Parts: sequence; C-alpha cells; structure tokens
Amino acid sequence: MPQKQYGNAVVDVDGEGFLTDFSQWSREIAAAIAKEEGIAELTPAQWKVIEFMHKEFKENGQVPSVRKLNKSGVISTKELYEIFPGGPAKKAAKIAGLKKPEGCV
Amino acid sequence: MEEKITKVSIVISKGGLDGVYPGLIMANGARMEGIEANLFFTFFGLDAIITKRMSKIKIATVGNPGMHMITWLGAVPGMSAMATSMMKKTMDKIDIPPIPEFIEMVADSGCKLYACKATVDMFKLKKEDFCPQMDSIINVGKFYEMAAGGQIIFT
Repeated sequence: MPQKQYGNAVVDVDGEGFLTDFSQWSREIAAAIAKEEGIAELTPAQWKVIEFMHKEFKENGQVPSVRKLNKSGVISTKELYEIFPGGPAKKAAKIAGLKKPEGCV
Repeated sequence: MEEKITKVSIVISKGGLDGVYPGLIMANGARMEGIEANLFFTFFGLDAIITKRMSKIKIATVGNPGMHMITWLGAVPGMSAMATSMMKKTMDKIDIPPIPEFIEMVADSGCKLYACKATVDMFKLKKEDFCPQMDSIINVGKFYEMAAGGQIIFT
C-alpha cells in the first residue's frame, strides 16, 4: 500500500492520495493535503465542511454528497464550489482524510 | 497518460424523467470533477427548465419498453403517476434530487443552462416561461460556439 509523508507523519493512502486509515488523520495533515490541493490556508468555512464530513462519516459511514452539505445548512452549493475549486466533494473528502465519495451526485 | 476531459456540453433532447435525468447527472458529475459544463435543452427536454413543467415531469409507462410493462397496463389511468412517485422515492434515497432542485444544484455548481431557440419559437415560449437558472436562449450556431474546445454529448 502506498504511503505518504506529511511533516513527521507517515500515512497510508490509496492510488489517488486519499487516506485509507482515518485514525492517522490530524489537522496538520489536513493543512498539508490542502496545500497540495492549492489551498494555502484552510479557512473557518472550509473547516466547517471538514467537521461536518467527519460527523456524517462517523454517524453513517458515508462521505456526504454536495446535496447533503447544502441541505444540512452547513454551506450552500455555490459557496462549496467556490471554497473548494476544481471538485468540491472530492477535494474536501481528501483533506478531511476520508475516502473518495462514491455517489454519482 | 490519457488527456483529461476539461469541458463538456450536454444536449438534453428528450422529455420524461428518463430523458432528463441522465444529462443532469452527467453535467453535475462533470462539475464535481472540476470539468467545465454546459447544458443545452431542446425539444421536449426543454420541460426541465420551464417553471410550470419542471416539477411535473413523469416517467412514461406506455411505449417505453424499458419499463417492462404490458401496454394495456401502462395505459391504466394513474399508472404513470404511480411509477413516477415510486421512482422519485427511490431516487431521493440515493440522494438524487427532484428535477427543480437538481436544476438549482447544477446551476449553483457553475454549469450554464441554455434553451434551444428553434424549440422556443416552435412552442411559442418566452424567457419568462423559464426558471431563473436558464442563462439564455441560443441557436445551434451559438451552441457550437460555446461548446468549442470541449466534448459534446447528446442525450
């Protein structure tokens, strides 16, 4: 299994760089992944999305869809696309240390 | 490595749920991958962006072999409404929104929505008949212009 080093931490990742073991995730790792994805510093709005994703994932084992994020009132679809440019759900899930979203919507 | 798709323009030409959803899912999916997307609604596909019709789109139970329903049964009054309601419930469970919400979502994702000029003229429609997410009414020439540099998908 491929591994990746972020600072002093070594994490297990899949072929696309998504963490395969959430217990290895930390806020520092999130910041480092965000940098790789072109986000220099995570804003409170981005953290809010990440935290909601964690909550959803803990509750039902699923990475929430864009629709769910919008409906939950955490963030509007428009804003989500703005703060995670180039693929919102995928990028947010990656930074959150979760698996790649599987749904089509 | 294969060259990545960076832009798609999707034509939705058919009405009915099975005519409209595939194009919406493909356009939304493109935006989710960071791919630029345009949607061009033509002929009965136009129903999806007509304010009065977008929430009333059904699945055809007659003349639709995909439904695996014998013709007389499909023609029973209320059959199409029932099949539509069942399908909507199932779709909601897998997080596929109803058409009006889907149109809003795909527009919010940055996908541009266009109506076909020829169809608009044929059905004597006006800009006011369309949902606010509809960007503009364009002809085929303009469609090719804005599709330039990307892939065109016809549904």
